[in-house]
Amino acid sequence: MLLLAFDTATPAVTAAVCQAPEGGGPQTVRTAAATSSVDARRHGELLAPAVRDVVAEAGARLADIAHIAVGVGPGPYTGLRVGLATALSLADALGVPCHGVPTLDAVAYASGRTGPFIAASDARRKEVFWARYADASTRTGEIAVDRPADVDTGGLPVIGHGAALYPAELGGGAVDASAFEPLYPSAPALGELALRRLLAGEELEPPRPLYLRRPDAVEPSAPKKVGQWKA
Amino acid sequence: MSRDDLPLVLGIETSCDETGVGLVRGCTLLGEDVASSVEQHARFGGVVPEVASRAHLEAMVPTVRRALDKAGAAPSDVDAVAVTAGPGLAGALLVGVSAAKAYAMALDVPLYGVNHLVGHVAVDQLEHGPLPKPAVALLVSGGHTSLLLVEDLATRVRSLGDTVDDAAGEAYDKVARLLGLPYPGGPPIDRAAREGDPGAIRFPRGKWGDGTYDFSFSGLKTAVARWVEDAGRAGEDLPVSDIAAGFQESVVDVLTRKAVDACVDNGVEHLVISGGVAANSRLRALAEERCAEAGVELRVPRPKLCTDNGAMIGALGAEVVAAGLPPSRLDLATDTSLPVTQPLAP
Repeated sequence: MLLLAFDTATPAVTAAVCQAPEGGGPQTVRTAAATSSVDARRHGELLAPAVRDVVAEAGARLADIAHIAVGVGPGPYTGLRVGLATALSLADALGVPCHGVPTLDAVAYASGRTGPFIAASDARRKEVFWARYADASTRTGEIAVDRPADVDTGGLPVIGHGAALYPAELGGGAVDASAFEPLYPSAPALGELALRRLLAGEELEPPRPLYLRRPDAVEPSAPKKVGQWKA
Repeated sequence: MSRDDLPLVLGIETSCDETGVGLVRGCTLLGEDVASSVEQHARFGGVVPEVASRAHLEAMVPTVRRALDKAGAAPSDVDAVAVTAGPGLAGALLVGVSAAKAYAMALDVPLYGVNHLVGHVAVDQLEHGPLPKPAVALLVSGGHTSLLLVEDLATRVRSLGDTVDDAAGEAYDKVARLLGLPYPGGPPIDRAAREGDPGAIRFPRGKWGDGTYDFSFSGLKTAVARWVEDAGRAGEDLPVSDIAAGFQESVVDVLTRKAVDACVDNGVEHLVISGGVAANSRLRALAEERCAEAGVELRVPRPKLCTDNGAMIGALGAEVVAAGLPPSRLDLATDTSLPVTQPLAP
């Protein structure tokens, strides 16, 4: 069984095809092909060729894909929607189910950590998206958006791009940036996590974007006076 | 080639606040559907890009499905996908282009990134048949006011003139707000103007007789604002109908005069008026009058096809396929200011 996975909710564009043999359990899951690049401004250009390439590299065709898993953020909205629009449309055209995986869960899973930690990503506007984990595959709370100084780390290590951006607030004194890795989600981690959960009979989340903020929009005030321009 | 041999083109439009999908074969519209987020923008007095982008993502697949149902088609019947690559709002365009790439990849058919503005002209073919060559097109909407010389929809479109400041539809929205009328401003001003005297208040005509095909509406909007403030200061009741009629007359007078001049000056016998403002009753009436005087044949698509929709993108896609132009690559980029001279995005 083949699962196509991708995430565009961070500066990374990452795509992978994960597979399990017929009748295989969660432990038989592996990644057949993967590609990643980091370019925060070109998600819309990079994702479709990345999908085409990983499917070909896996020796498959899109018609062979049985499930799609997509990172649902939170993350910068424009990039996030590139992934979701692609996933929803591919799933519709191929007639296969589409699943959502929180992007921070994919960062956490890729860390392989066995003890508690926090994963954080860049939320822009001097804020981070963050969540607590008991281990790499177990999130223990809701994902939140806060200023780095307001994140109660409780002394836990913090990983992800959010920690690397704000080492003073979140780094716990780490001087080596490798302490924060992985910085970005990887599609192999996202895909393997999703496929293992599916094979274990677990429900995945729906492919709905996690925005965590309302759109910035203010209702207009009274029209500007033009009288002062009068001759 | 018989009509059924022509490719079935799936057109996708998400440049502003309408998620539009149309299925087109040649000059025939087989089915279309539009999901609009206009009500979510109304209280902000204009389109909020982030609100529009969120709505596009939610509406995208359901709108494709409804359009396919109306056309009695299955996804596997689609021969090509066309999508608005620009101009438009960046985040909004990206939703449609991402979806279009996915459908094209999954259905294994070619993808064409096309120009929203040229789509507004191409849509007329779905109503009135093949467009005579050459034709002049006046595009008037909330985001655009352009005069085009269209020699070939797929390959040769020239810009004759443009607004130098506000789009005509934008002026309608701003004046509606000054008059306490709802957003979008076009329909309520059109309604109010029917009760008013267009000659009661004479507002200025921007760039009137300046020898160009360009437009300007920001001075007109300021003149209305000044009139409204003066009336308020004098404690007078606002003659909303007369202001609406005077404002509308100024807009449509300049639009129709320059459009007809562009036809006459270029020896062109066909004028297409399209875009959301083409639904305006006074614009249609005055354009008919002036075209008849000048011996120009006027083509205005029905209002549903004038506003943003997917059928227009399917119609242009069908032209681009018929012209044998090369498909877009999967790394097709959106272009928020794609020039009208490029019917097919580079």
